[in-house]
Amino acid sequence: MSDNASKAIDTKDPGELLAPTPGLSGGVRSASKHDSGPKHVAGEAVYVDDILEPFGTLHLAPGAATIAHGRITKMDLSKVRSAPGVVCVLTADDVPGVNDVSPAHTHDDPVLPDGIVQFYGQPVFCVAAETREQARNAVRLAEIEYEELPAILSVKEALEKQQFVAPPHVIAQGDAKSALARAKHRRSGVMEIGGQDHFYLEGQITFAIPQEDGDVLLHCSTQHPSEVQHNIANVLGRPANAVTVEVRRMGGGFGGKETQASQWAALAAIVAVKTGRPAKMRLDRDDDMVMTGKRHDFIVEYDVGFDDDGRICGLDIQYAANCGFSADLSAAICDRAMFHTDNAYFLGDVEIRSYRCKTNLVSNTAFRGFGGPQGMVAIERIIDEIAMMIGRDPLDVRIANYYGTTDRNTTPYHMTVEDNVLSELTDDILASCDYRKRRKEIDAFNAQSPVIKRGISITPVKFGISFTTTFLNQAGALVHIYQDGSVHLNHGGTEMGQGLFIKVAQVVAEEFQIDLDRIKITATNTGKVPNTSATAASSGADMNGMAARDAAITIKSRLIAFAAEKYGVAEAAVRFVPDRVIVGDVTELEFADLVKQAYLARVSLSATGYYATPKIHYDRETASGRPFYYFAYGMACSEVMIDTLTGEYKVTRVDISHDVGRSLNPAIDRGQIEGGFIQGMGWLTSEELWWDDAGRLRTHAPSTYKIPACSDRPDDFRLELWSSGRNVEKTIHRSKAVGEPPLMLAISVHRAIADAIASVGNYKVIPMLDAPATPEAVLNAVANVAKGMIAQSHDAVPAAGE
Amino acid sequence: MTKPALDKRDDIRFLFGNEERSLRDIDPQMTVLNWLRLNERKTGTKEGCAEGDCGACTVILGEPDGMGSMRYRTVNACIQFMPTLDGKQLLTVEHLKSDDGSLHPVQQAMVETHGSQCGFCTPGFVMSLYQLWLDGGEDDRGAINDALAGNLCRCTGYGPIIEAARKAGGISATDPVEQKRRSDIATRLTAMIEGAGMLALEMPVGRYFAPRSSDELAALLVAHPDATVLAGGTDVGLWVTKMLKRIDPIIYIGDVADLKSVREKDGALTIGAGVTYSDAHAALGMIAGDVGELVRRIGSRQIRNAGTVGGNIANGSPIGDTPPALIALGARIVLRMGDIRREVALEDFFITYGKQDRAKGEFVESIIVPKPDAGVQFKAYKISKRFDQDITAVLAAFAIWVDSGKVVEFRAAFGGMAGTPMRAKKCEAALIGKDWNEASLNAAQLALTRDFAPMSDMRASKEYRMLVAQNLLTKLFIETTAPEIATRLVGREAAHV
Repeated sequence: MSDNASKAIDTKDPGELLAPTPGLSGGVRSASKHDSGPKHVAGEAVYVDDILEPFGTLHLAPGAATIAHGRITKMDLSKVRSAPGVVCVLTADDVPGVNDVSPAHTHDDPVLPDGIVQFYGQPVFCVAAETREQARNAVRLAEIEYEELPAILSVKEALEKQQFVAPPHVIAQGDAKSALARAKHRRSGVMEIGGQDHFYLEGQITFAIPQEDGDVLLHCSTQHPSEVQHNIANVLGRPANAVTVEVRRMGGGFGGKETQASQWAALAAIVAVKTGRPAKMRLDRDDDMVMTGKRHDFIVEYDVGFDDDGRICGLDIQYAANCGFSADLSAAICDRAMFHTDNAYFLGDVEIRSYRCKTNLVSNTAFRGFGGPQGMVAIERIIDEIAMMIGRDPLDVRIANYYGTTDRNTTPYHMTVEDNVLSELTDDILASCDYRKRRKEIDAFNAQSPVIKRGISITPVKFGISFTTTFLNQAGALVHIYQDGSVHLNHGGTEMGQGLFIKVAQVVAEEFQIDLDRIKITATNTGKVPNTSATAASSGADMNGMAARDAAITIKSRLIAFAAEKYGVAEAAVRFVPDRVIVGDVTELEFADLVKQAYLARVSLSATGYYATPKIHYDRETASGRPFYYFAYGMACSEVMIDTLTGEYKVTRVDISHDVGRSLNPAIDRGQIEGGFIQGMGWLTSEELWWDDAGRLRTHAPSTYKIPACSDRPDDFRLELWSSGRNVEKTIHRSKAVGEPPLMLAISVHRAIADAIASVGNYKVIPMLDAPATPEAVLNAVANVAKGMIAQSHDAVPAAGE
Repeated sequence: MTKPALDKRDDIRFLFGNEERSLRDIDPQMTVLNWLRLNERKTGTKEGCAEGDCGACTVILGEPDGMGSMRYRTVNACIQFMPTLDGKQLLTVEHLKSDDGSLHPVQQAMVETHGSQCGFCTPGFVMSLYQLWLDGGEDDRGAINDALAGNLCRCTGYGPIIEAARKAGGISATDPVEQKRRSDIATRLTAMIEGAGMLALEMPVGRYFAPRSSDELAALLVAHPDATVLAGGTDVGLWVTKMLKRIDPIIYIGDVADLKSVREKDGALTIGAGVTYSDAHAALGMIAGDVGELVRRIGSRQIRNAGTVGGNIANGSPIGDTPPALIALGARIVLRMGDIRREVALEDFFITYGKQDRAKGEFVESIIVPKPDAGVQFKAYKISKRFDQDITAVLAAFAIWVDSGKVVEFRAAFGGMAGTPMRAKKCEAALIGKDWNEASLNAAQLALTRDFAPMSDMRASKEYRMLVAQNLLTKLFIETTAPEIATRLVGREAAHV
C-alpha cells in the first residue's frame, strides 16, 4: 500500500501489493528495464577489465602444472624471471600470510601449491610483467620436473578407494530396507550425471590497486566480495580492514564466481602489495576453464520400491560426487543434492547416502542449483522408469507421488511442506499445453516415422529457498538521501546480470514513493556494507531487498516523525504518495522538499538496514529441521525430435509455468526463467566435459565445449509466470526467489529425449539415458533399446544394456 | 613472369568509424581486439574467448563493393590481425549511437526486449544485429539464427535477442541518406589506397605483405617460401592468441583481387583461393542443396565472412567441413609456384595428417568444382554436438548415381574418420555395380570398417564415429529410395511435423 505510513510501518512485511502503484515509475511489480541495459548495448557498462589502468599496471599470467598428481622435484624459473618485461614471479614461498583460500576453512585450497600438484593445470607459479603478452610468453619458459604420484581421475575410482574431501552423510526417514523388501515392485539402476562449466562470458578477473599502509583495493569479478576480502587479508597476513573489495558488475557468475575468484584476487593482491604497482589478473578463457571448478559430476545408484499405481514406498539412493582435489563448497552442495532427492515427491521410507569423493581433478564448486539439479534429475529418471515398468503415463506416476497438503507432506529431512501448490500448478499447465492430446499425436507420428522420433515429458520443480548453512541467511544495506532528494543505494548483493540491483532499487522506490531514476545504484563494496553473504542460493532479492527496505524505513520513520512534529499532526497522518508527502490536511510537500527541510533541522538522512531470514534451522547431526524458508515451484513440458540414425535431436516446443510468488519485476523474472531453462538444457544435452587419460581437460574453450546457441532455443517457447503465484511466507513483497529454480525445468528436455528413445522399443525397454544426452549418448541408448527389444523377455521390462 | 609492383608502403590505412587512420609500427600480428582495447581504450568490444567462437568481440568491416557502394560484414576482432584492416572501414559498438547520444534502433530494441542481462556478450550481439539492420532487417527465425549463431549468450536463453532482431527492423537499400553515406565512404576508402602501393610491413618483430594480384603473390611466395599464407585468419589467428606463436613473414591474400572471384565455366565452378565461405555460399548451394546447407553450418556468420574455402583446404585439417564434400564432388585444385601451375585432385592433396602435396613457395590458387552429372544425387551430413557453429565429429558426403535400381557411380568421402579428409574406397567398391538394396547397403557398411579406424577424442568416441558413419549410409539409402520418409532435423529438408 502506498500509504502504509498511515498505520504503523510493518518492518517485517511489506504486505501484498497486487499491482504497480499508479503514478509511480519503477516501483515493485513494474517491468522496469535492467538498470544497465542502455550501457550494455552501447558498450559503456564498465567491467573490471574496462577500468582505465593507472600508469605502471602489471599483468599476471599463471603457470600450470602438467601432471595430475605429483611432487615438484625441480622448479627452475630463472628463464621466466629474465624474460622481457617480467617484474616478478610468485611461488608458494611468496605468499606473505596463510597460503589458503578455502571457503569453508578446510585449508586445502592453496593460492600456489607448496610442492604437491593436485590436478593437471593447477597453477604452480605466477608471472607479473609489464604486458599481458609478456607475462603469458614468460610462463612458457619454466622448467619444472615432477615425481608423479598415482592420480585418481574418476569418481568411481575415488569411491572404490574411499577418498573423500568431507565425511559421508546420511539422511533417512522410516526404514527404507524393510519398505523395499515389502514393495510389490522394485527397480534398481545407476545414473551418471556430468558436470558443467559455468561459461560466464567474462572470465575470472581481479584488478588490485595498492593503497597506503600496505592496504589494497580489489576490483574483482566475484559473487562474494566479503569472502574475497577475508581470504585476501589472510593471504596477506593483514586484518580484514586492510582489504577493500568492490564489484560493480560481473559478466555472468552462475556460482562460478562465488569461491573461485579468491585465488586470482590473491595473486593480484600479493603482486600489488609486493611491487607497489597496480596488478591485474585476467585469465585467458582456456586457463579459466582448466583452472576453475565446475558443477559436480555425480554417480547415482538407486533401488526403489513401488506399488501398482507407481507410488514410491521405499527408496535407497546413493550419491557419489566428484568434488575434485579440495572441499570447496562440496559438503553443502552434496547436502543440497540430498535435500532435493524428493523433488516434488513424497518418498516415504527413504535412505539417502552421500559420498564426497576426492579426485585429482579441478575442485568443483557452486553452480546454479548447487547440487539440487543432480538430485532432481535422478528422481525424475526413476519416476519415468517406474512408469514404464507399470505401463502408465509418466505424468500420472508423478501426480501419484506428489506431496500431499495435509498428509504425505514430510520431507526426508523431516520438514513439513506447508506451501505445496503442485496440484494447482499441474492443472493449470495441463490446461494450456495439451499434454495428453499431444502424447496421442506423437504416438501416431512415431508409428509412421522410422527415423525421426518424437518424445514429450512434463516435469515439476520444487526447490528449497535459503542457504542450508543457516548463518549465511543475513544481509545488510546502506541508504543515503542527499539534500536534493536523490538517493544512494548500496547493499551486500552483487549484480551478475540477474537484475538484483534493479529489483532492490524498485523496493526502495516503492518505500519512498519516488521514481526509480532518483535512485543511484552503486557498486557493492565491503567498505560500505560489511560481512555479507555470497549472492547465491537465489537469495539476492529476498535478503537484500529486505535489508534495503529496512534501511529505507529507518530514514522514512525519521522523516515522518520530523514532519509530524514540524506541522503538528499525528505521525499516522504523514503519508508518502508518488513523489509527494501528504502531511495531514496541513500541507503537501515534494519528497525533495521534505528531505531538504529535514536536513536543515538536523535529521540524519542515512541508515543501514539488516535482515535475517526467520524460521529456519537445521540440525545436521539428526539430519532434520527446516533448512528452507519456503519452496519455489514450477513446471515445464518439453517436446523433442530425435534422429535415431545419428542421435541428434532438436527441442521443438517448451511450455513453462513458473511460480515467482508475486513478482517484484515480471520482465526480470521472465529473463531468469528463460535463461535458466536454456542453461539447464545445455547441461543435460550438449555440454560435455571430457578429460583425457592424463587428467587433462580437453573441452576447455567454446570450440570444444558447446553451450546452447541461438538456434537451440526452441522455436515454440511458451512461458507464463504462474498467475496464481504467491508466497505464504512474509518475503519481500511476497515474491519468490527465481535465480536457480528454473534451471531444473530443463529436466523435462532430458526426459523427453528419453521418451523419444523409448518409442524405438515401443516403450517396453527402459532407455538408461545418462547426462549429458549428447548425440553419441542418445545413439548409444537407441542402439541399446533396439538390442533390448530383441532380447526382451515377456515377464518384465528390461533395461537397455542390462 | 609479370614483375610484381615495387611500390610499397608501410602504413595501415583505414577508417575507424569515419575517422581516417594511418598506422605505422603496429605489430603485424596484433589483433584488432587488442588494438581497440589496449591502444585505443575502446573497451566496448569484449574478449570472451580469443578464438573466434563466442562473438563478444564482433565488429563490422566495410569495404567498397566495386559498384560505388559499401558492403559490410561481421568478423571476430579477436582473431583478425590489424594490417587486414587496410583499405577498410572498422565499426564497433561505440559507433552506433547518434551524435545526439540517442541509441541506435538495434540498441533500443535490445533494451526494450530486456535483451541484456550480464551485458558482456551484448556489444557483440548488437553488432550482429546492426549487420542485420544494414542488410535490411530480418523477420525469419532461421535467418536470425544464422546471423546470431556466432554470438553466445549464457544469460538470456536468446529469446529476447531474437525478439530484438525482429523489432529493430532494418534500413531500406534504397534509403537515399544511407546510399549517399555508403557511396561517400566507398569513395574515401578507394582514394585512401588507390595507387598507394602494396602494404608491406617490414618490422623487427615480423613482416607482413599484402599483395594485390596473384602475380605479386606468386612472386612474394617464391621470395619468401617459408611465409605463412593468411586468408581469413580463423585458424592462424589462434596460433597467435592461444599458441603464442610468432609468424614471420605473413603473406595476406585477402587483398588479391583476382583470387576473389567465383566463375562458372564448362559445368564447373572455379573458386579463387581468397573467396570466403560467405561469398562462395550461393554458388556452392547451386551445385546441390546439401552443399549449401553444409556451408551454412560451417562456423558462424563471422567465421564464414572471414574464412575461405581455400584456407579450409590448404590448412590440411582432418575435420575441415568442405573437403569431404568437394572430394565427393570430384573437385580439383590448382597449385601455383611462380608462373608454374599444376592441377591435382583434391583427394590427392591430402597426403597424411599434417602433410599436404604443397611445396614451399607454392600456394592454392583456385578450386575447381565440377557440377554433378544429371542423375547423380549428392548428400552431405555433418554430425556434431551442436547444430550451429560446432566442429565436426563426422562428416559424410556422398555422390551416388542409381540407374534402374543399380548403383552406377558412387563417391563417398568422410571427415573425422582418419588423419585427413578421405574417400572410403572399399565402401564405394562394395556398392558400385550392385543393386541398391539392404544387402548391398550392409556390405558397404561393413566395408567402412576396412576403410577407416577412427580415433576417440572430446568430440566423439571411435565407436560412435564408426557407427554413425555406417548409419549415414543407411540415411543415404532411405533418402534415395524412400524420399517420403522424414530423415532430417535441420536444414532445408528438415522433418516437418
